[in-house]
Amino acid sequence: MTTLTPTGRPAVEVDAEGFLQDPGQWTEELAETIATENGIAQLSDRHWQVVRFMRSTYLETGTAPTIRTLGKASGVPIKELYTLFPKGPAKLAAKIGGIPKPRGCI
Amino acid sequence: VILGGGTGGTLIANRLRKLYSPGEAAISVVDRDDRHVYQPGLLFVPFGLAQVDEIVRPRRRQLHGGIAFHETDIDHVALAEDAVHLADGTALPYDVLVVATGARLQPEETEGMTGPGWQEKIFTFYTPEGAAALAHALRAFEGGRVVVNFVDLPIKCPVAPLEFAFLADWYFHERGIRDRVELAFVTPLDGAFTKPVASEHLSGLLEEKGIELVTEFNAGEVDGAGGRLVSYDEREVPFDLLVTVPLHGGAEYVLRSPGLGDDLGFVPTDPRTLQSQAKPNVFALGDATNVPTSKAGSVTHFEGEVLTENVRRFLAGEALDDSYDGHANCFIETGFQKALLIDFNYDVEPLPGRFPAPRLGPLPLLKESRLNHLAKLMFQWMYWHVLLPGRELPGITAQLQTRRETELTSAREGGER
Repeated sequence: MTTLTPTGRPAVEVDAEGFLQDPGQWTEELAETIATENGIAQLSDRHWQVVRFMRSTYLETGTAPTIRTLGKASGVPIKELYTLFPKGPAKLAAKIGGIPKPRGCI
Repeated sequence: VILGGGTGGTLIANRLRKLYSPGEAAISVVDRDDRHVYQPGLLFVPFGLAQVDEIVRPRRRQLHGGIAFHETDIDHVALAEDAVHLADGTALPYDVLVVATGARLQPEETEGMTGPGWQEKIFTFYTPEGAAALAHALRAFEGGRVVVNFVDLPIKCPVAPLEFAFLADWYFHERGIRDRVELAFVTPLDGAFTKPVASEHLSGLLEEKGIELVTEFNAGEVDGAGGRLVSYDEREVPFDLLVTVPLHGGAEYVLRSPGLGDDLGFVPTDPRTLQSQAKPNVFALGDATNVPTSKAGSVTHFEGEVLTENVRRFLAGEALDDSYDGHANCFIETGFQKALLIDFNYDVEPLPGRFPAPRLGPLPLLKESRLNHLAKLMFQWMYWHVLLPGRELPGITAQLQTRRETELTSAREGGER
């Protein structure tokens, strides 16, 4: 098991790809740490809007929203999502939001 | 009441009709038209290997006697009153509802897809009309760049776009113009397929056939006039002919039925029992659900067995059967009269071996063979005559047979299984 240690905080467990094992261990500082590690120097309000939507949807429904849902319901259009979270917005926003990797459907 | 008269709706209606006498249960099937399309056949239409009229039959005629067929659109399902409201204003009350209305194509969700060039140089073979139009375009094609793409999962039969690329390679060879055609397979995934071992095999095949593979490409816009497919992160793939699989969602009435579906219109469904999360007397199967396995006829067929049993148990007040394991099995056409076969479930990914008997086969898994191709062609007959009527397919079980499991079972039960 890999761990992640934000500055001055106890270590938290993450999986091989860096997703938190326990969403309950998530804090806003931790989000900043994960973001920096993934090439996002500073989380803007727009980033937070997506991360919070992602996290609350997961905590309410047990599933992380897909990119299409994010585009429709988070208030941030898909194109901007790709600018905010390069490559895989849903995956990266989930990682920063401390929830499990969205299950790729088949 | 069964919504949808496709693969799932038809086989459930027929199985339930066999289970219950007309005095015990009234069975109704609702669909908006009377055209039952054998969807696996759509893949062959663009290459002139099948005609649309050979793969379409009346829905009504696939249903056993004693099943009412309502040809009408559905307005919405009212879960609270246990009734389906039809577009013609009538209401169908139910004790048990089965949702089997499949998936709907949404080309309009991708910017520009249905704009300039749609049905001229941008096609989808996922509808009979699209497949027939593409057949015309391919016959007239004399060279250039052909791009095969699917926008995002979930899609029906996730291997079909790959099969299309393989068959296109074969088709242009046959026409003697393969050297004048560039073929590219453009996918949002990070490899040729979702499952790692199969993905590796299939990437190898693409390379062997000289088909370019572009991965992690999330198509956000189709520019028909400029012949460009543009991703959300602003990468571009040029094309002369684009064969695309549009985004999928559930049927529209699901979105109009409070509490029934998710935001894409798929029905949240227990992956083991196929009971919906909406209400205990609502079940769902096939492409209409959100269960994490392929949207494919084989899945629907395997689900059908558990679902029929669970409707019976629900009506009898018994505990539900939770034995559906996500079993899927797909033939993958690879061109030149060969095909590959994969067999997997929620937990076991497609692996080499033999099917349906783990060691005896006769069909090889994850390996190109002529026998698999013939089996794929033969399957159409089985579909209309064995699968839809609700008969058993000999040697094929709803649950995945892994080699280990079968050997253990054989040792225990003296090979009876």
